[in-house]
Amino acid sequence: MESATLTRPTTLLSGGLGWRRRAVNITMTVLITAAFVLALIPLISLVFEVAKRGIPGLSLEFFTDDARGQIGGGGGASHAIVGTLVITAVASVISVPIGIMAAIYLNEYGEGRLRRALTFFVDVMTGIPSIVAGLFAYALFELFLGPGIRLGVMGSVALSVLMIPIVIRSAEEVLKIVPNHLREAAYALGTPKWKTITKVVLPTAFAGLVTGVMIAVARIVGETAPLLVTTGVVDSMNTDPFNGRMQNLAVYAYNEYRSPGVFKQAAYDKAWAAALTLIAIVMLLNVAARLVYRRYKTEIR
Amino acid sequence: MSEVDTTTNAGQLLAAASGGRRRLGDRVFSRTAVVAAVTILALLAGVAIFLVAEGFPAFTAGASELPEGKSFIDYAAPLAFGTILASLIAALVAVPLAVGVALFITHIAPQRLALTLGYLVDLLAAIPSIVYGLWGIFVLGPAAVPVLKWLEEKLGWIPIFEGPASATGRTMLVAGLVLAVMILPIVSAVAREVFAQTPRKLMEGAQALGATRWEMIRMTVLPFGRSSVISGAMLGLGRALGETMAVTIILSVSGAVTFNLISQANPSTIAANIALNFPESSGLAINALIATGLVLFAITLVTNMAARAVIARQNHE
Repeated sequence: MESATLTRPTTLLSGGLGWRRRAVNITMTVLITAAFVLALIPLISLVFEVAKRGIPGLSLEFFTDDARGQIGGGGGASHAIVGTLVITAVASVISVPIGIMAAIYLNEYGEGRLRRALTFFVDVMTGIPSIVAGLFAYALFELFLGPGIRLGVMGSVALSVLMIPIVIRSAEEVLKIVPNHLREAAYALGTPKWKTITKVVLPTAFAGLVTGVMIAVARIVGETAPLLVTTGVVDSMNTDPFNGRMQNLAVYAYNEYRSPGVFKQAAYDKAWAAALTLIAIVMLLNVAARLVYRRYKTEIR
Repeated sequence: MSEVDTTTNAGQLLAAASGGRRRLGDRVFSRTAVVAAVTILALLAGVAIFLVAEGFPAFTAGASELPEGKSFIDYAAPLAFGTILASLIAALVAVPLAVGVALFITHIAPQRLALTLGYLVDLLAAIPSIVYGLWGIFVLGPAAVPVLKWLEEKLGWIPIFEGPASATGRTMLVAGLVLAVMILPIVSAVAREVFAQTPRKLMEGAQALGATRWEMIRMTVLPFGRSSVISGAMLGLGRALGETMAVTIILSVSGAVTFNLISQANPSTIAANIALNFPESSGLAINALIATGLVLFAITLVTNMAARAVIARQNHE
């Protein structure tokens, strides 16, 4: 807060500053700084440990093999990687159109009770625990397909419950900063409202929308709990979200940790390798989101 | 509602006048937006309805049919206790730390660094919970063992440190600490935002009167941000209540209801209990787990709504 310029008068007067007040000031500054350093320790430790323990498990095999018939130390996580991609992609296909249309509703059309209800319930939705989202998807599909059902698409539905509110919130923020004079100019030319939105508002907000979606994907791609109860655990490749169990990286990591089998260390290595892969995906999405925003954002005055 | 918005815009009024009735494209597009809005409300209603429908059999079932041969209340109460205990530990540790982090970033760190530092803390929120779980059990847990021993020896007379200290670190205290790290970025993000908005005239006024930087923070920044920090703390608490995988992996559970934070015998949490037992359950056990999920949903809902109410009241002022 430009405190450099602000503190100067005080330091000038510090001849009159009691040693006690000065001591308190220094102590609190040290404590606050210590809080920050303390908060960074877990982050550093986490990144360091995941890299250290994850790298031994990373091999060509890890990315090309599945885990079928592997009771020894071998096998890989290709089925889990593909599963993660499929489940996340389906979740995005469900969430992005609904989320962005709802944000358009809130920002361009909405008024009255429906708007208030939607704003309120999107807040409620952000607070849904991920495991509850998983239980919901299970309960929904169980009703139609019978007990014990596990499908890739069930996981996508569960993740959508978590993803939709994130997409709406970020899209709403971006649409809000599209200046009104752009809309007014379009209206003045006789452009219908829907064309104004699709040809003027959305293109202006495009970079922000893409960034928001990428952040939302990054938030759900590492989810474990909702998938544990919906997509199940499986050792072999499955690319069909509508048929049978589907593995994913987070559940794979959990499962390698939980049922390591005979070759404990090999299983733990694979769990860490999966964790490292997940972190890499999340970080990549975050960085890419920033780059997209910086590169393509429309200058808005 | 889509018929009347022509009044809000002179340009659109013109468009409407020239076209006569509303154009087909407009009707289709606005309907689609409304449908998306309604779909989301229906989805949320669906979450509540399906959980109630699938959880209901457990509420009415006899004790003998339910897991562990207990009535639903007896089954769920220790889990609810564990959930709230773990989350309270997390909030107690995370909130002061988060306030410190936010103050450091907004008022102590050089302004040029502030953005980057904030981004670093936000990274903590991006790490998947499964990774926190593995880190907790393989790194933090073992590292905590000597500390737990020390707590038992020196502070064992306090009931929460009664021990016997766990030899693996799979204790309520460690689980709570990992949850604290997980919610830290949420709380500090809220605090950071409000601290940065402290009116300049207040801060400059305090400094003009000769206040030290800490006195300035204590007299202007903290009072200004207080209610936001409270609501941020509640949002963090809500997140901790529903956090699953870290607790599932770290906590060694026995079903005991105890405030002893450093022993091997701990109550489980609702979310962890579901994750542990759901994959191998069938029949009424599934209904019981879904019913506990409904309880969790209710607890987090109340917490989050309280947080929003605090925010709303403050915006009102």
